[in-house]
Amino acid sequence: MTDVLLSPVAFTLYKLLVVISVLMGGVSLMTWIERRLSGMIQYRVGPNRVGPMGLLQPFADGLKFVMKEDVMPADAHRLIFTLAPAMSLIPAFCAFAVVPFGPPVEIAGRLVDLVIVDLDGGILFALAASSLGVYGIVCAGWASRSKYSLIGGLRASAQMVSYELALALSVMGVLLVSGTLRPTEIVAQQAGWFWNWNAFAGGWQLLGFLIFLIAGYAETNRLPFDMPEAESELVAGYHTEYSSMKFAMFFMAEYVNMMTASALAVTLFLGGYHLGIPLALDGWALWIVQILAFVAKVGLFLVLFVWVRWTLPRFRYDQLMSLGWKQLFPLALVNLMISAVLVALDVIRR
Amino acid sequence: MQAAAFFILAFMAVLSGLVVISHRSAVISALALAFNLISIAGFFFLLDAQFLAFVQVIVYAGAIMVLILFVLMLLNVDEERRIERSGPVQKTLGPIMAAAFAAIVGWNVWNASGDATFPEATAGFGTVRALGLELFDRFYYPFEAISLLLVVAMVGAVLLAKRRL
Amino acid sequence: MVDPQYFLVVSTVLFALGVTGVLLRRGAISMLMSIELMLNAANLAFITFARQFDQVEGQIYVFFIITLAAAEAAVGLAIVIALFRLRSSTDVDTVNLLKW
Repeated sequence: MTDVLLSPVAFTLYKLLVVISVLMGGVSLMTWIERRLSGMIQYRVGPNRVGPMGLLQPFADGLKFVMKEDVMPADAHRLIFTLAPAMSLIPAFCAFAVVPFGPPVEIAGRLVDLVIVDLDGGILFALAASSLGVYGIVCAGWASRSKYSLIGGLRASAQMVSYELALALSVMGVLLVSGTLRPTEIVAQQAGWFWNWNAFAGGWQLLGFLIFLIAGYAETNRLPFDMPEAESELVAGYHTEYSSMKFAMFFMAEYVNMMTASALAVTLFLGGYHLGIPLALDGWALWIVQILAFVAKVGLFLVLFVWVRWTLPRFRYDQLMSLGWKQLFPLALVNLMISAVLVALDVIRR
Repeated sequence: MQAAAFFILAFMAVLSGLVVISHRSAVISALALAFNLISIAGFFFLLDAQFLAFVQVIVYAGAIMVLILFVLMLLNVDEERRIERSGPVQKTLGPIMAAAFAAIVGWNVWNASGDATFPEATAGFGTVRALGLELFDRFYYPFEAISLLLVVAMVGAVLLAKRRL
Repeated sequence: MVDPQYFLVVSTVLFALGVTGVLLRRGAISMLMSIELMLNAANLAFITFARQFDQVEGQIYVFFIITLAAAEAAVGLAIVIALFRLRSSTDVDTVNLLKW
């Protein structure tokens, strides 16, 4: 019995359960953070009635979503309309399967890698999962049989496909520098002081990091690249006709996508779970500190997402496409060339 | 375990292939084709071609199919009132000939294989490293030629779809 | 792991389905999708043989085929759009001006 409970398959299951619960909990926490932080930025108080400092607001929101009536337009394509939120949510979760959220820990006498699946082409898996996220949006836009939804869905998918190029090329810079696609190895190479990280003197990928961040904002359809769901232009874009739990699933998918993009940025460019300051700790104390460091870094990026959303104005659609194809893509190519030259001249220590 | 995966994937691939060729609505056909491409990527995983499985999902299912869906939705081709009707000769003879073709080729392939099995793969077969070494060593000229082809295709596509030249 | 002939039979069946699709469907984009189905069947056969004979060449060919399929889909769809502007339908039977 105990050797079933301690087998590698069982450990993968435990890690899976932990990651899913943390992500779902993170989604509800993000709704609270978004509303309070936007309140602070806009010089007003956010929700503060439900529980202390409004901390129980996500429960109230969740209850509201569950109890609302689920409306489906009469002309909508029933199957695709119902499946589209799931098509959006599943790839968002899948991409998190290759992110290492902690160092190799020792549990019950065996060394456990704190990553759900340690694939050889892990980063490619994350890119593949984010490419599949486009389908949910396209299908939602089409199945609603409404002009606003269709235009919103097409704009969103065109935007996501265009910025995937810049995203993938900035990741290629890291691949050149690290020589491997395994996320655990990429993080292991960034141990030590914080200037050893890939974004700084460890890999000279600062430009790549900035491109990844901007492309990440576009991939997750967050402001300033928020045209597909622009409230003032397109009613609500591709999720106009959705209500209740289906809308909540789109909502969740957006937040999980944000968390995945932040986690990937931290893993590739900012040293993953390494603290950046060598501490004289060992064993479980060090491991807990490193897991908390990962969570703190991802949290920092999530706060940055919210901050940018409520500060910057929205790009117009042609400006958005022009930025993706005519500015970010050539910049990412330049970054790749510079990284190649640096690796060839042996400036980078790997 | 792998045999079970094979049969599930084969079932999914053939079923989605049937939906692709027979459904009235072109958008559902396109979604079924995307599903088919993902099951083919599953086959690639089974056959130790991990890099190509990822490339298949990223490029084929994630970009080409989205492009096809785009064009379908923008041209609004999906009017199910206008059901495509091929002639009666095509409708009967076509599937019969294709089934006969599949039967003959499948039978011969089955017999010709005899007792072939998969050998043990060399370590690192199908990884990025193995493919990269081969691609930039023996296949360098085809690689450069295909990048030229991509540029030509891009220019051609933009030019053909312009409203006014 | 199942023997190679199973994979090849699946590849043949998918190819035959693609051929049926090209013969039966009349919309230009649907025919293009059936052609993509045929290309994928060929890809599966290539990968099976690459694994069977332990040569990575088969995978290189699939790499090139996927790239080519992308280029072909882009140009094909551009042609379909241009035709649609002329005829307001993607039915390939309407493109018959050169018929004598």
